[in-house]
Parts: sequence; C-alpha cells; structure tokens
Amino acid sequence: MKNFTLPKSPTGIQGLDEVTNGGIPKNRSTLLLGNTGSGKTILAMEFLVNGIVLFDEPAVFMAFEEKKENLLMNLKSLTYNLDTHIENNKIYIEEVLINPDEMLETGIYDLEGLFVRLEQAINKVMAKRVVLDSVDKLFYGLDNKILRSEFLRLLSWLNKMKVSSIISSEIGDHFLTHRGIEEYVADCVILLDNRVTNQIATRRLRIIKYRGSIHGNNEYPFTIDEKGISVYPIISEAFQPEPTSKRISSGIEDLDEMLGKKGFYEGSSILISGTAGTGKTSTAASFAYSVCKANKRCLFCAFEEAPKQIIRNMGSIGFHLNQLVKSGILTFYYSRPSLQNLELHFLAIKKIINEIKPTVVILDPITNLMTEGPNSDIRSMLTRFIDFLKTQHITVMFTAAITVGSIERNPSDEGISSMVDTWMMVQDIEINAERSRSLCVMKSRGMVHSTDVRKFKISTKGITLLRIAANNKGPLADSKRKAKEHDNLSTSKESIWVKESPVNENTK
Amino acid sequence: MRIQNKITILSAILFEKKLITMSKKIADNIKVNTQALKDNGGKYILCLFVSGNLPNSASAIVNIKAICEKYLKDRYELEIIDIYQQPDLAITEQIVVLPVLIKKFPMPKVRMLGDLSRTEEVLKGLGLV
Repeated sequence: MKNFTLPKSPTGIQGLDEVTNGGIPKNRSTLLLGNTGSGKTILAMEFLVNGIVLFDEPAVFMAFEEKKENLLMNLKSLTYNLDTHIENNKIYIEEVLINPDEMLETGIYDLEGLFVRLEQAINKVMAKRVVLDSVDKLFYGLDNKILRSEFLRLLSWLNKMKVSSIISSEIGDHFLTHRGIEEYVADCVILLDNRVTNQIATRRLRIIKYRGSIHGNNEYPFTIDEKGISVYPIISEAFQPEPTSKRISSGIEDLDEMLGKKGFYEGSSILISGTAGTGKTSTAASFAYSVCKANKRCLFCAFEEAPKQIIRNMGSIGFHLNQLVKSGILTFYYSRPSLQNLELHFLAIKKIINEIKPTVVILDPITNLMTEGPNSDIRSMLTRFIDFLKTQHITVMFTAAITVGSIERNPSDEGISSMVDTWMMVQDIEINAERSRSLCVMKSRGMVHSTDVRKFKISTKGITLLRIAANNKGPLADSKRKAKEHDNLSTSKESIWVKESPVNENTK
Repeated sequence: MRIQNKITILSAILFEKKLITMSKKIADNIKVNTQALKDNGGKYILCLFVSGNLPNSASAIVNIKAICEKYLKDRYELEIIDIYQQPDLAITEQIVVLPVLIKKFPMPKVRMLGDLSRTEEVLKGLGLV
C-alpha cells in the first residue's frame, strides 16, 4: 500500500483536475456548494459531458431545479448539445419536481421513491456518473431529521451502485450545516463562489476537503465561457524550467550593448518602470518590432492605449507595426483593466498564448491592472503568471508607470521589481533647464550590465541611447554636451567623467 | 369629444366581453368538476404509493384504510401502488418520498407524506376538518 492513490474520476475540466490532483473521488460523492449563479449546474454538467465524450462513461442528471427543456436550452447556449448524447442513450435527464405547497407531513417517511428512480435511471444508460442538481429543493417542506439520515443513506447507496456523483446544493447561511447535514459526510466538498470586489465579479473555486487525497487549498479563480469552465491552472512550485543561455535582442542596439552586448535572456522577465512620458511604451514597441522582424511571434497586451493608437504613435518613430499585425506575426490583446479581474485578464492572455505560441509577451502597462484588487493578491498572481511564461520559455516585458518621487516607495513597483530578471528604469532628468529622458539598468540577473545612466533619445528613426557627458559639476545639458564631446575629442585629458570614447550622435 | 365617447363605449364593450368569457370559463370549470363528481359518484380518489412491505408502508396501508372506513365510508376509491412493482409510475407521478398518499379528487391535489399515523393531519389533507 506504499504508493496507493485514491481512484479518481477525472472531470476533464481545465484546471480542476490539476487542483484535485486527478479528479473527484471515483464511485463516491462530491458535494458541490455554491450560491445561486455560481456555476454549479454548468460544472456538474461539464463533468457528465466530459465523462461521455472523453471517458465513455454514461451519465444521469437528476434535475431538481430546472425543467428539462430549459436545462437543455441553457446548455445549448454554452455549446453543450446534449441531443445526440440523449439519442445514443449516453445521458439520461430526469426532472424531479417537488412542490412544497401540496405537501403535508403525516408521519414517518423516507426517500425510497428517489432511490427507485435513481436506480431505474442508472440502469437505463448503465451510468457511471450521476449528478443531483440541486438537492436543497428537497429540504423545503421535508423533515430535516429524516433527511439527514436519508442523505447519509443516499451517499452510501451511490457508493454501492459504483457511480461517481456530484450532489450540488445552495450554500446560503451555511445551508447544509444549518440543516443538520454537515459537509463532513461527503468525501469531497467543493465550494463555488461568485464574489464582487471593486465592482468586478470573480468566480472562485475552493476545495474545502478531499478525503484521502492531497489537493490545492487555495481559492482558484475560474471562468465560464462558451467553451465551458476553466479553472486557473496552477503551476506547481516543484516544476523548475530549464533556463537557457540564449539571448534575445532588445531591439535597441545601445541597450543590448548595456546588457552585456547581447540583450535579454530568452524566457526571462523584464520590467521597464518610469514616470509618464518617459518612453516605456516606445521601448516595449521597439522590442516587439525587432522580435517580429526576426520572424518570431509577439503578443502585445495593451491596457491603456488602444492598439490602433499604438500603431499610429509608433509609426511616428519608425516602427511600422501595421504590416506585422496584418501578417499575423504581431497580435494585440486590448482590454480595459476594469473589465474584469486581474486573474481573468491573465486567463484570457494565457488562452491567446496557447493559441498563437508567441516568443515574446508584452504587458503595457502592468500598473494599470494593479488598481484592481489588493496588492498581496497581485504579487502572487504575477509570480504565477511569470512562472507560467517561464515554463513556456516566453520572454515577457512589463511596463510599469510610477508616480514622480515615489520610485522607492511605490509598493506595486517594488513588488514586481524583485520578481523580474531585468529591471530598467526610465526617468526624466533636468539639466540646465532642459528636460531629457534617461535610462538605466537597475538590475539584470546573470549578466554583466552597464551601470551608466544613458540619455534616452526617441527620434523618427527609433530609440538611441547616448552617454551623458558630464564635467565635475554634474551632467551637461544636450546643447552643451555636443560642445563637450567636441572638447573631449580634441583634448582627451579633460575627460573626467567619460571613460570610454564618447558616442557620436551622427554615427547612429 | 366624440372620439372620446366612442373609445369609452368600445372599452366598455370589450370589458363586458372579457367578463363573459371569464364567467364562461368558470362555468366550464364547474361543469367539468361536477361532471367528474357525477362520474365517480362524488367519491374521493386516493392513491397510496408504498415501497413493498417496508414498515412505514405497511402501517400507511393500515392507517389509510381505517381512516377511509371511518370518515369516508362508501365515498372513496383507494388505489394502492407498490412502486417496486411499477417503478415507471414514480416518474410520472413525481414520487420522491415514500409512502405517500395523493388525493387526486376533489381538488386541490394534496400529497400526504409518511405513514399517515397523524390522523388529524390526514383529515386536514382530505379536507375533512
């Protein structure tokens, strides 16, 4: 019994089987709790449909709440067309109507009628999977003491029938416990939740208990779309992707030079932070442009500017992205941060990543997403997202907008900067009443990198980084720099600050 | 003014028509009910669903028979159905709880759950109190 693992019945639902370490317990009952509209019926139905399609296990669905026609209609809108499965005798749906208005208790009773119907239904299709949705209808008008013992009998009976079952129920005010039916009677309890924080609703799933099996303890966000349920997949911490020593150009020659003359590591994470108008998006676009020019796919996730606007703006500095979008090598994902929760953004992005398999993903700006949800969540989510990208060997570039003067104190920025492999800062500096942009590499793991603060110049031909000329009184303004450079060339003895030969702008 | 008048008259007619159809419907209903009453001689139609001879079911049979003999002598039709023998009826009659006595006539339909040991409740369900 050393390597004994509990037999499991895979749900086939993306992410859920990972969280449950293989599915729900086979031939046993799983309690599915959740409020109205939390997705119980869909999850349960997907368990059955996947059972039929993927594992050839016929199914029985006992509908306590909805009429069969309504149920089928609702599911059709989610691309579950059960008609063929019904015809092929793969699924049997039965309505169980309970009308408390016409009921009157006159003595002791049991749920034998339900058992008879279940047995008949199971035998009809030789079912291996059963769903009772949702049993709290039973609780209206029936005696709780009787129901409690009958409920226990139901669980052991289903076990005896060798069917894996999901029994769903409302949770309102600790519903089951309130009714004297504690959750502990079931072998596995899954809780669904649809919570609204900051006016953004997120569906979450949590496994409260799972007898005899390890399982994820966290709350996992999930979505319901036309393809059904997806639980946000978890990347196990144990998995360590093999890092590569391959390099990828940043698209800015001078920046590559600062980064050990080769650029970023492939599959690394890069952060560009800076105040507004310092050229973050331009740097990111430049990276995207060079990636695409090298015939590699790139996904540009824009959370601030609309893609069309980015295309126009970047055209003005020599990056003609339009062609790349048309040829399909550059994909834009554009969404408003407030549209949905951060995790759901990541989920959506992840779906696109799985479809187009990009080499590089750009998120511009990540800080816009940060306004949604508390900070601790964001950190863990970003870590998971970065982990995911690392396993896929995808290079990711984040841009982060920070407010002036708060570079050290900005918690969200700090939170990300410790996570990423390469961190660059773009800043405004003022020299002799002249504003200019500057860029420096704050850190870059695993490579020798320049510690210079370079002048960051955006022109119609793209981005160039210039050395800042300085005398012993500090950096020089652009107008004086040229003169200084000239001086340096003629009298190199005077050069105090510039150690290497200065870069002439004209050669760029 | 004229138009206004016409509208009032028209709506009055419509309203009257509605009333007539409504009362017709009610009358129809009564007719059907009385028809049914005549058909079975105004008898109560009762269906008792049981699960084999499990204790609750056995006592339900004893109890209902006693109640019917005492309160509804010669005024009832009682059918006892073993759901194990006719499981299909569990679906058509929407049986969940057993034993259950369904009063099909007179209206309203009532489901009396349990072994029918609480006579007062049963009489309430039968509309006799």
